[in-house]
Amino acid sequence: MADTLDKLPKGIHGLTHDWSSDQTAFKKVPWGKAMMWIFLLSDTFIFSCFLISLMTARASTTAEWPNASEVFGLSVFGTSVPLLLIAIMTFVLISSSGTMAIAVKYGYEKNRKLCALFLLLTAIGGATFVGMQAFEWTKLIVHEGIRPWANPFGAAQFGSFFFMVTGFHGTHVSIGVIFLLIMARKTWRGDFDTGQRGFFTSMKSNYEAIEIMGLYWHFVDLVWVFIFAFFYLW
Amino acid sequence: MAQEKQQEVKTHKLGVYMWIWGLLFVFSFFSYMVDYLNFEGLLRWTLIVFFMFSKAALIMAIFMHLFWERWAIVNVLLWPMSFILVFIGIMVAESEYTFFTRLFYFIVET
Repeated sequence: MADTLDKLPKGIHGLTHDWSSDQTAFKKVPWGKAMMWIFLLSDTFIFSCFLISLMTARASTTAEWPNASEVFGLSVFGTSVPLLLIAIMTFVLISSSGTMAIAVKYGYEKNRKLCALFLLLTAIGGATFVGMQAFEWTKLIVHEGIRPWANPFGAAQFGSFFFMVTGFHGTHVSIGVIFLLIMARKTWRGDFDTGQRGFFTSMKSNYEAIEIMGLYWHFVDLVWVFIFAFFYLW
Repeated sequence: MAQEKQQEVKTHKLGVYMWIWGLLFVFSFFSYMVDYLNFEGLLRWTLIVFFMFSKAALIMAIFMHLFWERWAIVNVLLWPMSFILVFIGIMVAESEYTFFTRLFYFIVET
Protein backbone atom coordinates (compact mmCIF):
# COMPACT_ATOMS: atom_id res chain seq x y z
CA MET A 1 0.00 0.00 0.00
CA ALA A 2 1.33 3.47 0.92
CA ASP A 3 0.74 4.79 -2.56
CA THR A 4 -1.11 8.02 -3.19
CA LEU A 5 -4.90 8.07 -3.36
CA ASP A 6 -4.90 9.02 -7.03
CA LYS A 7 -3.29 5.73 -8.07
CA LEU A 8 -5.93 3.59 -6.33
CA PRO A 9 -9.00 2.47 -8.28
CA LYS A 10 -12.21 4.39 -7.61
CA GLY A 11 -15.94 3.61 -7.30
CA ILE A 12 -17.15 0.01 -6.93
CA HIS A 13 -13.77 -1.32 -8.09
CA GLY A 14 -12.15 0.80 -5.40
CA LEU A 15 -14.55 -0.64 -2.80
CA THR A 16 -13.62 -4.27 -3.55
CA HIS A 17 -9.95 -3.31 -3.87
CA ASP A 18 -9.87 -1.62 -0.47
CA TRP A 19 -11.75 -4.36 1.36
CA SER A 20 -9.71 -7.19 -0.17
CA SER A 21 -6.33 -5.64 0.49
CA ASP A 22 -6.12 -7.45 3.84
CA GLN A 23 -4.45 -4.51 5.59
CA THR A 24 -6.27 -1.21 5.86
CA ALA A 25 -9.80 -1.02 4.52
CA PHE A 26 -10.18 2.74 4.94
CA LYS A 27 -7.30 4.19 2.94
CA LYS A 28 -5.90 7.43 4.34
CA VAL A 29 -8.76 7.75 6.80
CA PRO A 30 -7.38 8.53 10.29
CA TRP A 31 -8.48 5.90 12.81
CA GLY A 32 -10.17 8.58 14.92
CA LYS A 33 -12.33 9.62 12.00
CA ALA A 34 -13.31 6.04 11.17
CA MET A 35 -14.20 5.42 14.83
CA MET A 36 -16.24 8.62 15.00
CA TRP A 37 -18.19 7.50 11.93
CA ILE A 38 -18.87 4.10 13.48
CA PHE A 39 -20.02 5.81 16.69
CA LEU A 40 -22.28 8.14 14.71
CA LEU A 41 -23.75 5.12 12.89
CA SER A 42 -24.64 3.54 16.23
CA ASP A 43 -26.03 6.84 17.47
CA THR A 44 -28.14 6.98 14.32
CA PHE A 45 -29.75 3.72 15.39
CA ILE A 46 -30.47 5.04 18.88
CA PHE A 47 -32.24 8.13 17.53
CA SER A 48 -34.01 5.99 14.93
CA CYS A 49 -35.37 3.81 17.72
CA PHE A 50 -36.72 6.91 19.50
CA LEU A 51 -38.36 8.31 16.39
CA ILE A 52 -39.75 4.93 15.29
CA SER A 53 -41.26 4.36 18.73
CA LEU A 54 -42.73 7.88 18.49
CA MET A 55 -44.36 6.80 15.23
CA THR A 56 -45.64 3.59 16.83
CA ALA A 57 -47.08 5.38 19.86
CA ARG A 58 -48.70 8.06 17.74
CA ALA A 59 -50.20 5.61 15.27
CA SER A 60 -51.56 3.23 17.91
CA THR A 61 -53.11 5.68 20.38
CA THR A 62 -56.85 6.13 20.29
CA ALA A 63 -56.63 9.59 21.90
CA GLU A 64 -56.13 12.76 19.89
CA TRP A 65 -52.41 13.60 19.35
CA PRO A 66 -51.66 17.19 20.50
CA ASN A 67 -51.21 19.71 17.68
CA ALA A 68 -47.51 20.61 17.88
CA SER A 69 -48.15 23.77 15.91
CA GLU A 70 -50.33 25.12 18.75
CA VAL A 71 -48.46 23.61 21.71
CA PHE A 72 -45.14 25.11 20.60
CA GLY A 73 -46.61 28.39 19.43
CA LEU A 74 -45.21 31.61 20.82
CA SER A 75 -47.27 34.75 21.19
CA VAL A 76 -45.53 37.87 19.91
CA PHE A 77 -47.25 41.18 20.69
CA GLY A 78 -50.55 39.42 21.25
CA THR A 79 -50.59 37.36 18.05
CA SER A 80 -49.72 33.68 18.24
CA VAL A 81 -47.00 32.58 15.81
CA PRO A 82 -46.78 28.78 15.40
CA LEU A 83 -43.45 27.06 16.10
CA LEU A 84 -41.58 30.39 16.21
CA LEU A 85 -39.06 29.38 18.87
CA ILE A 86 -38.44 26.02 17.17
CA ALA A 87 -37.80 27.76 13.85
CA ILE A 88 -35.28 30.12 15.47
CA MET A 89 -33.59 27.15 17.19
CA THR A 90 -33.37 25.39 13.82
CA PHE A 91 -31.70 28.39 12.18
CA VAL A 92 -29.26 28.80 15.10
CA LEU A 93 -28.21 25.15 14.91
CA ILE A 94 -27.79 25.27 11.12
CA SER A 95 -25.69 28.40 11.46
CA SER A 96 -23.46 26.71 14.02
CA SER A 97 -23.09 23.83 11.57
CA GLY A 98 -21.98 26.32 8.92
CA THR A 99 -19.37 27.91 11.20
CA MET A 100 -18.15 24.41 12.11
CA ALA A 101 -17.63 23.53 8.44
CA ILE A 102 -15.61 26.72 8.03
CA ALA A 103 -13.57 25.92 11.17
CA VAL A 104 -12.67 22.52 9.67
CA LYS A 105 -11.60 24.22 6.44
CA TYR A 106 -9.35 26.70 8.30
CA GLY A 107 -8.02 23.85 10.43
CA TYR A 108 -6.77 21.97 7.39
CA GLU A 109 -5.23 25.19 6.09
CA LYS A 110 -3.41 25.42 9.44
CA ASN A 111 -4.95 28.83 10.05
CA ARG A 112 -4.80 28.56 13.84
CA LYS A 113 -6.55 31.76 14.87
CA LEU A 114 -9.46 31.70 12.43
CA CYS A 115 -10.01 28.02 13.19
CA ALA A 116 -10.22 28.71 16.93
CA LEU A 117 -12.49 31.71 16.33
CA PHE A 118 -14.97 29.70 14.28
CA LEU A 119 -14.88 26.85 16.83
CA LEU A 120 -15.80 29.41 19.47
CA LEU A 121 -18.62 30.79 17.32
CA THR A 122 -19.91 27.24 16.88
CA ALA A 123 -19.83 26.69 20.64
CA ILE A 124 -21.75 29.95 21.19
CA GLY A 125 -24.37 28.81 18.66
CA GLY A 126 -24.72 25.48 20.44
CA ALA A 127 -25.00 27.13 23.85
CA THR A 128 -27.69 29.48 22.48
CA PHE A 129 -29.60 26.46 21.21
CA VAL A 130 -29.47 24.72 24.59
CA GLY A 131 -30.49 27.96 26.29
CA MET A 132 -33.57 28.29 24.10
CA GLN A 133 -34.39 24.65 24.72
CA ALA A 134 -34.21 25.26 28.47
CA PHE A 135 -36.61 28.19 27.97
CA GLU A 136 -38.96 25.97 25.98
CA TRP A 137 -38.91 23.21 28.60
CA THR A 138 -39.61 25.72 31.38
CA LYS A 139 -42.53 27.16 29.43
CA LEU A 140 -44.03 23.73 28.75
CA ILE A 141 -43.53 22.36 32.27
CA VAL A 142 -44.45 25.43 34.31
CA HIS A 143 -47.01 27.25 32.17
CA GLU A 144 -48.55 24.57 29.96
CA GLY A 145 -48.50 21.77 32.53
CA ILE A 146 -47.00 19.10 30.27
CA ARG A 147 -45.77 16.04 32.17
CA PRO A 148 -44.25 12.77 30.94
CA TRP A 149 -47.40 10.94 32.05
CA ALA A 150 -50.10 13.43 31.10
CA ASN A 151 -50.79 16.73 29.40
CA PRO A 152 -53.84 18.94 28.86
CA PHE A 153 -53.70 18.75 25.05
CA GLY A 154 -54.44 15.08 24.28
CA ALA A 155 -52.64 11.75 24.13
CA ALA A 156 -50.65 11.11 27.32
CA GLN A 157 -47.67 9.68 25.42
CA PHE A 158 -46.90 13.11 23.94
CA GLY A 159 -45.06 14.39 27.01
CA SER A 160 -42.82 11.38 27.51
CA PHE A 161 -41.75 11.43 23.87
CA PHE A 162 -41.15 15.16 23.91
CA PHE A 163 -38.90 15.04 26.98
CA MET A 164 -37.11 11.87 25.87
CA VAL A 165 -36.34 12.88 22.29
CA THR A 166 -35.51 16.56 22.77
CA GLY A 167 -33.75 15.82 26.07
CA PHE A 168 -31.48 13.24 24.50
CA HIS A 169 -30.71 15.58 21.62
CA GLY A 170 -30.09 18.47 24.02
CA THR A 171 -27.64 16.29 25.94
CA HIS A 172 -25.76 15.66 22.71
CA VAL A 173 -25.62 19.40 22.01
CA SER A 174 -24.40 20.16 25.56
CA ILE A 175 -21.61 17.57 25.34
CA GLY A 176 -20.71 18.98 21.93
CA VAL A 177 -20.44 22.51 23.34
CA ILE A 178 -18.08 21.31 26.10
CA PHE A 179 -15.83 19.57 23.59
CA LEU A 180 -15.96 22.53 21.19
CA LEU A 181 -14.71 24.79 23.97
CA ILE A 182 -11.89 22.36 24.79
CA MET A 183 -10.91 22.11 21.12
CA ALA A 184 -11.08 25.88 20.66
CA ARG A 185 -8.67 26.33 23.59
CA LYS A 186 -6.30 23.66 22.27
CA THR A 187 -6.38 25.20 18.79
CA TRP A 188 -5.83 28.73 20.08
CA ARG A 189 -2.89 27.57 22.20
CA GLY A 190 -1.38 25.92 19.12
CA ASP A 191 -1.40 22.33 20.39
CA PHE A 192 -1.89 21.01 16.86
CA ASP A 193 1.10 22.94 15.53
CA THR A 194 3.54 22.23 18.36
CA GLY A 195 2.47 18.62 18.86
CA GLN A 196 1.74 19.14 22.54
CA ARG A 197 0.28 16.07 24.20
CA GLY A 198 -3.35 16.12 25.27
CA PHE A 199 -4.21 16.32 28.99
CA PHE A 200 -6.46 13.27 28.86
CA THR A 201 -5.05 10.86 26.28
CA SER A 202 -1.40 12.03 26.48
CA MET A 203 -1.27 11.66 22.70
CA LYS A 204 -0.14 14.14 20.08
CA SER A 205 -2.91 15.39 17.86
CA ASN A 206 -3.32 17.41 14.69
CA TYR A 207 -5.96 19.31 12.78
CA GLU A 208 -7.73 16.06 11.84
CA ALA A 209 -9.17 16.30 15.36
CA ILE A 210 -11.11 19.37 14.23
CA GLU A 211 -12.73 17.43 11.41
CA ILE A 212 -13.64 14.59 13.81
CA MET A 213 -15.18 17.16 16.16
CA GLY A 214 -16.97 18.57 13.12
CA LEU A 215 -18.45 15.19 12.20
CA TYR A 216 -20.02 14.94 15.65
CA TRP A 217 -21.37 18.48 15.49
CA HIS A 218 -22.86 18.07 12.00
CA PHE A 219 -24.46 14.84 13.19
CA VAL A 220 -26.17 16.70 16.03
CA ASP A 221 -27.53 19.15 13.45
CA LEU A 222 -28.55 16.21 11.23
CA VAL A 223 -30.54 14.61 14.05
CA TRP A 224 -32.31 17.92 14.69
CA VAL A 225 -33.41 17.97 11.01
CA PHE A 226 -35.26 14.69 11.62
CA ILE A 227 -36.65 15.69 15.03
CA PHE A 228 -37.89 18.97 13.54
CA ALA A 229 -39.65 17.09 10.73
CA PHE A 230 -41.13 14.20 12.69
CA PHE A 231 -41.88 15.73 16.06
CA TYR A 232 -42.73 19.35 15.31
CA LEU A 233 -43.98 19.44 11.73
CA TRP A 234 -45.62 16.05 11.19
CA MET B 1 -2.94 32.86 3.47
CA ALA B 2 -1.07 30.97 0.80
CA GLN B 3 0.23 27.86 2.55
CA GLU B 4 0.32 25.11 -0.06
CA LYS B 5 3.54 23.53 1.19
CA GLN B 6 3.24 20.12 2.87
CA GLN B 7 -0.49 20.05 2.12
CA GLU B 8 -1.74 16.47 1.78
CA VAL B 9 -5.39 17.14 2.51
CA LYS B 10 -7.16 19.23 -0.06
CA THR B 11 -9.50 21.87 1.29
CA HIS B 12 -12.46 23.34 -0.50
CA LYS B 13 -13.34 26.90 -1.34
CA LEU B 14 -15.18 28.90 1.30
CA GLY B 15 -17.93 29.53 -1.25
CA VAL B 16 -18.93 25.85 -1.28
CA TYR B 17 -19.78 25.97 2.44
CA MET B 18 -21.54 29.32 2.15
CA TRP B 19 -23.73 27.97 -0.65
CA ILE B 20 -24.70 24.89 1.34
CA TRP B 21 -25.32 27.04 4.40
CA GLY B 22 -27.64 29.24 2.33
CA LEU B 23 -29.46 26.26 0.84
CA LEU B 24 -30.00 24.78 4.33
CA PHE B 25 -31.54 28.09 5.40
CA VAL B 26 -33.84 28.12 2.38
CA PHE B 27 -34.95 24.50 2.90
CA SER B 28 -35.54 25.13 6.62
CA PHE B 29 -37.57 28.22 5.79
CA PHE B 30 -39.69 26.29 3.30
CA SER B 31 -40.31 23.42 5.73
CA TYR B 32 -41.36 25.98 8.35
CA MET B 33 -43.68 27.54 5.76
CA VAL B 34 -45.34 24.13 5.29
CA ASP B 35 -46.53 24.42 8.89
CA TYR B 36 -47.17 28.16 8.80
CA LEU B 37 -49.41 27.93 5.71
CA ASN B 38 -51.24 24.91 7.17
CA PHE B 39 -50.72 22.50 4.30
CA GLU B 40 -52.57 19.29 5.07
CA GLY B 41 -52.54 15.62 4.13
CA LEU B 42 -50.34 14.09 1.47
CA LEU B 43 -48.96 17.45 0.27
CA ARG B 44 -47.76 18.27 3.79
CA TRP B 45 -46.02 14.93 4.35
CA THR B 46 -44.41 14.87 0.90
CA LEU B 47 -42.99 18.36 1.36
CA ILE B 48 -41.75 17.67 4.92
CA VAL B 49 -39.98 14.48 3.86
CA PHE B 50 -38.55 16.12 0.73
CA PHE B 51 -37.05 19.06 2.62
CA MET B 52 -35.86 16.78 5.43
CA PHE B 53 -33.95 14.47 3.10
CA SER B 54 -32.60 17.38 1.04
CA LYS B 55 -31.15 18.96 4.19
CA ALA B 56 -29.80 15.63 5.46
CA ALA B 57 -28.16 14.89 2.10
CA LEU B 58 -26.50 18.32 1.92
CA ILE B 59 -25.16 18.07 5.47
CA MET B 60 -23.80 14.56 4.98
CA ALA B 61 -22.39 15.07 1.49
CA ILE B 62 -20.74 18.48 1.87
CA PHE B 63 -20.42 19.41 5.56
CA MET B 64 -19.42 15.89 6.61
CA HIS B 65 -17.31 15.47 3.44
CA LEU B 66 -18.90 12.13 2.49
CA PHE B 67 -18.98 13.27 -1.16
CA TRP B 68 -15.18 13.25 -1.19
CA GLU B 69 -14.65 10.09 0.86
CA ARG B 70 -13.80 6.73 -0.67
CA TRP B 71 -16.56 4.24 -1.39
CA ALA B 72 -15.13 1.78 1.14
CA ILE B 73 -16.24 3.97 4.05
CA VAL B 74 -19.31 5.53 2.38
CA ASN B 75 -20.84 2.09 1.82
CA VAL B 76 -20.05 0.93 5.34
CA LEU B 77 -21.98 3.92 6.66
CA LEU B 78 -24.96 4.04 4.33
CA TRP B 79 -25.98 0.37 3.86
CA PRO B 80 -26.67 -0.40 7.55
CA MET B 81 -29.17 2.46 7.56
CA SER B 82 -31.43 0.43 5.25
CA PHE B 83 -32.24 -1.69 8.31
CA ILE B 84 -34.04 1.35 9.69
CA LEU B 85 -36.49 1.11 6.79
CA VAL B 86 -37.12 -2.54 7.61
CA PHE B 87 -37.72 -1.60 11.26
CA ILE B 88 -40.15 1.14 10.22
CA GLY B 89 -42.05 -1.40 8.13
CA ILE B 90 -42.33 -3.83 11.04
CA MET B 91 -43.47 -1.14 13.47
CA VAL B 92 -46.10 0.24 11.06
CA ALA B 93 -47.67 -3.22 10.97
CA GLU B 94 -47.38 -3.53 14.74
CA SER B 95 -48.92 -0.13 15.47
CA GLU B 96 -51.85 -0.82 13.14
CA TYR B 97 -52.51 -4.07 14.97
CA THR B 98 -52.30 -2.33 18.38
CA PHE B 99 -54.65 0.41 17.20
CA PHE B 100 -57.12 -2.17 15.93
CA THR B 101 -57.10 -4.19 19.18
CA ARG B 102 -57.49 -1.01 21.24
CA LEU B 103 -60.50 0.12 19.22
CA PHE B 104 -61.95 -3.38 19.33
CA TYR B 105 -61.62 -3.97 23.08
CA PHE B 106 -62.46 -0.41 24.14
CA ILE B 107 -65.72 -0.76 22.24
CA VAL B 108 -66.42 -4.27 23.56
CA GLU B 109 -65.81 -3.21 27.17
CA THR B 110 -67.95 -0.05 27.01
